[in-house]
Amino acid sequence: MDLLIFQAPILMVQASMDGILLGILFALIAYGMALQWGVMNIINIAQGDLVILGGYIAYFMYLYGIHPAWGVIVSPIIMYFVGIGIYKLVINKVVDRDLFISILATFGISILFMQLMNFAFGADVVLANSGYGTTMLFDNSVTLPNSKIFAAIISIIFAIGLVLYMKKSKLGRAIRATAQNARAAKILGVDTEKVYAATFGINAALCGVAGALISITFTIHPYMGLPYTIRSFMIVIVAGLGNLPGVALSGMGLGVFEEFADYILGTEFRIGSVFLLLVLILVYRRFKLSKKREYLK
Amino acid sequence: MKLKNFIITFVSAIALLLSTATISFAKVVGDKIILGAAVSLTGKYSSNGVHTQNGYNMAVERINSMGGVKVGGKTYKFDIIYYDDESNPKRAAQLAERLISQDGVEFMLGPYSSGLTKAMAPVTEKYGVPMVEANGASRSLFTKGYKYLFAVLAPANLYLDVAIRTAVELNGGKGVKIAQAFEQDAFSQDVRLGILDAAKDTGSEIVIDDKLPKELNDMAATLAKVKAVKPDVLVVSGHTKGALTAIRQIAEMKVDVPMLAMTHCDAAKLSKQHGKNAQYALCASQWHKTLTYKDKWFKDGMTYDADFTKMFGYAPPYQAAESSAALLVFKDAFERANSFDQKKVRDALAATDMQTFYGNIKFAPGGQNVSKPMVLFQVICDSSGKCENKVVAPLKWASAKLVHPVPKWSER
Repeated sequence: MDLLIFQAPILMVQASMDGILLGILFALIAYGMALQWGVMNIINIAQGDLVILGGYIAYFMYLYGIHPAWGVIVSPIIMYFVGIGIYKLVINKVVDRDLFISILATFGISILFMQLMNFAFGADVVLANSGYGTTMLFDNSVTLPNSKIFAAIISIIFAIGLVLYMKKSKLGRAIRATAQNARAAKILGVDTEKVYAATFGINAALCGVAGALISITFTIHPYMGLPYTIRSFMIVIVAGLGNLPGVALSGMGLGVFEEFADYILGTEFRIGSVFLLLVLILVYRRFKLSKKREYLK
Repeated sequence: MKLKNFIITFVSAIALLLSTATISFAKVVGDKIILGAAVSLTGKYSSNGVHTQNGYNMAVERINSMGGVKVGGKTYKFDIIYYDDESNPKRAAQLAERLISQDGVEFMLGPYSSGLTKAMAPVTEKYGVPMVEANGASRSLFTKGYKYLFAVLAPANLYLDVAIRTAVELNGGKGVKIAQAFEQDAFSQDVRLGILDAAKDTGSEIVIDDKLPKELNDMAATLAKVKAVKPDVLVVSGHTKGALTAIRQIAEMKVDVPMLAMTHCDAAKLSKQHGKNAQYALCASQWHKTLTYKDKWFKDGMTYDADFTKMFGYAPPYQAAESSAALLVFKDAFERANSFDQKKVRDALAATDMQTFYGNIKFAPGGQNVSKPMVLFQVICDSSGKCENKVVAPLKWASAKLVHPVPKWSER
């Protein structure tokens, strides 16, 4: 237990800002997960590995002298096709089966991706330098790396863009129709197979954006995907499917919660506290549901 | 028909038995001494596993080309059987078992990392197979009373000890305020214990003591605390990831601390990945090419560096250098034992007292090397932005003067 944060209140500002910026990035990944979960009823364990793969794309651009920020454009394009490829190879065979099969299948994809990335890119931890500098607030006592601010802004832009696309475009309407009732959509002439492929591709593209941003703000490594999967899972659980403002809010909430847990309980409990929160929320939901008669089993 | 089948089965069984039997006498075949090694060629340790293997290969090639090993008036050459342990401790233990009981290896070289060495040591100990290892520094390896385990490197608790002592010395002998962040794994926690010991010895105070989970790649909270508390020394150890994350976020958050000491900067290629942001970081290292130790096989550090670079196309990290040194120790022990009896070789290893290009080697009863101190180097950049690692402590080998305190970010 460390009470330093209460003695130096400026740390609270720092923790909240860090948490919110981090949370927006998490929310972007979680949004992709919520989308395909809602539309295809698939929980994608390989979500974090897609993020890392996207990060490597930005890293390689950086290695070849291109500014890694361009990764947020190149990486989603490549990842979209990677997503379509995975869908055609594996996911279309498990899409109407039960959730357990899809979890197993994506778990397999996750392991495969980790090993392939390790084989192709090596086991070194890498990062891409954006050279964006730092924003200093309150007389240099709160520092915000511009790369984190950049990551948050790009995440918001992509999230808003996607919401508009879902509302306005033909494919977006088809995706929403399929999410509501796949069978009815099919009867009314929606090519659900195509919708599923596009949904998985869009999810992978979002992971690509997030990955590029992570390579600029943090570090990437072939085996670092799982924490991102867990966080996005957690955000989706809290927010519920199809609730975009909820995803954004619970993403930021989780980010701030993590930062405060880090300050107060110690860094070693940071990820543990996320799990604890997940358990508490699930128990609370169950408790709430049990009060409503119509939800009783 | 049945009889024919029976005969075929019988003959092939015999053939199989014979073929394995010939391998089973593999410890010394003809003029070859066969050593066994399981190293991580795939999995998360694969880059350092490859450094280890290259270090071994380099020494085998060098010793063989310079006349080999003379035992009982006959000259032998080294050969190594490698297996890939997939960076997995369970696999490493299986492979040790396999090398010894199936391949008949009687002398072993160590794997990469403390965790894997820990998994293999009970097996080699059980069979009484001498193992010289070069990449397992965890203190717990040397407190279990192993008789057949020898490590050419300094134990983990000494990694950053010298940094704390230097800071205290520069503070006029008075204790300093230490902030520390260590990953939660065997090695880093051993480094932490070393710091705790050094702090106690010198009357220093530990003001921040964070433990970093393995999957963490964000140290912003720890660093914000450091900014608030203003310690004299910040110590970070979390393998390559810890070193890279720390440097990136210290620069981004403009954390001013008079001394920053870390491990794994060599492997992280700090100055290459971060350029000037890495400047003034102090890094603990087992070896540096400018040290003036000498031997007759590799001459000295600079020559080793040049030869290794020529052979493998990249400059040797200390993981490669210490692996090469393990072979020199084996050669020396075989010649002094003048026998291939495992017990005699073990006793000869225990009595080792030699200098190699990598450092002096003399084993304590626990098996760790006690006669080679750790060195600290500092990342120093010139005005054109080219950065180099310069040895700054201990003073005996220093090639540059320690920059202390580190200039503030606002003045850089």
